[in-house]
Amino acid sequence: MESAKTIIETLHAKFAPGILKVDHSSDMPVVTVESSIIHDLIRFLKEEPAMGFSFLTTLCGIHYPDDPLPLGVVYHFHNLEKNLRIRIRTFVPSEDPQLPTVTDLFSAANWMEREAYDFYGIVFTGHPNLKRILNVEYLDYFPMRKEYPLEDPTREDKDDRYFGR
Amino acid sequence: MATMGAHYDLARFGSERLSFSPRQADLLMVMGTIAKKMAPVVQQVYIQMAEPRWVLAVGACASSGGIFDTYSVLQGIDRVVPVDVYVPGCPPRPEQIIDGFMKIQELVGNESIRRRNSPEYRQLLKDYGI
Repeated sequence: MESAKTIIETLHAKFAPGILKVDHSSDMPVVTVESSIIHDLIRFLKEEPAMGFSFLTTLCGIHYPDDPLPLGVVYHFHNLEKNLRIRIRTFVPSEDPQLPTVTDLFSAANWMEREAYDFYGIVFTGHPNLKRILNVEYLDYFPMRKEYPLEDPTREDKDDRYFGR
Repeated sequence: MATMGAHYDLARFGSERLSFSPRQADLLMVMGTIAKKMAPVVQQVYIQMAEPRWVLAVGACASSGGIFDTYSVLQGIDRVVPVDVYVPGCPPRPEQIIDGFMKIQELVGNESIRRRNSPEYRQLLKDYGI
């Protein structure tokens, strides 16, 4: 816990205006940052010797439709030497959801960013191959956004009585 | 799997050998959930089969999408290939699969030789884009 606090302090010292919120209530420190500094922050986390977060555990998209910046990306990093985890969240507007790619720092981000693009429509600038990965290519909407229903839109024979409508 | 095993033996009904290639097969048994991304592959496998060919849709997901009514699951393989017999169930019991297989055998026995050249059959294949 000592190390987690010093890490947060170092991040504050270097990126102060971009760090919007720090939350210690869950099992790992959660830092919400602005999308403009996200690439520099992640490079700092990876390359600075005192930080050493060399492992990108996961990267996923999320959609909070009622927030001013609804679409977001959550990164989980892991410092393998000291066994510390940190969660970085960043949010973008839904009209122009763009974020810099972290593929140049972590190759694992390649497919994970494709998945976030496929399901939320978040565009990662600089990505080598940003196209749909799990859905069919001709799908013209982004399924995990809250405005789209889970059900298949092409069914004609559903009886509304059984579906609570 | 149990259907081909020792207790419920599908080999009793003549289905001893699983073909190694669709080009040598008579019957295509589609089991399990087919995603929309897999649909053209199923159609390609069906196209590779030589006439006469039959299709058995095993399970709720292959017949109609099953419980997975979502954007990514194909709601029944009869959207991409013509199906002869549907076996419901999630999962179907081995006895149900054997029953479906016996119905296919009935269809095979009673089919007219001219069926595969008839205009209705050709229209059916054209409707599927095959």
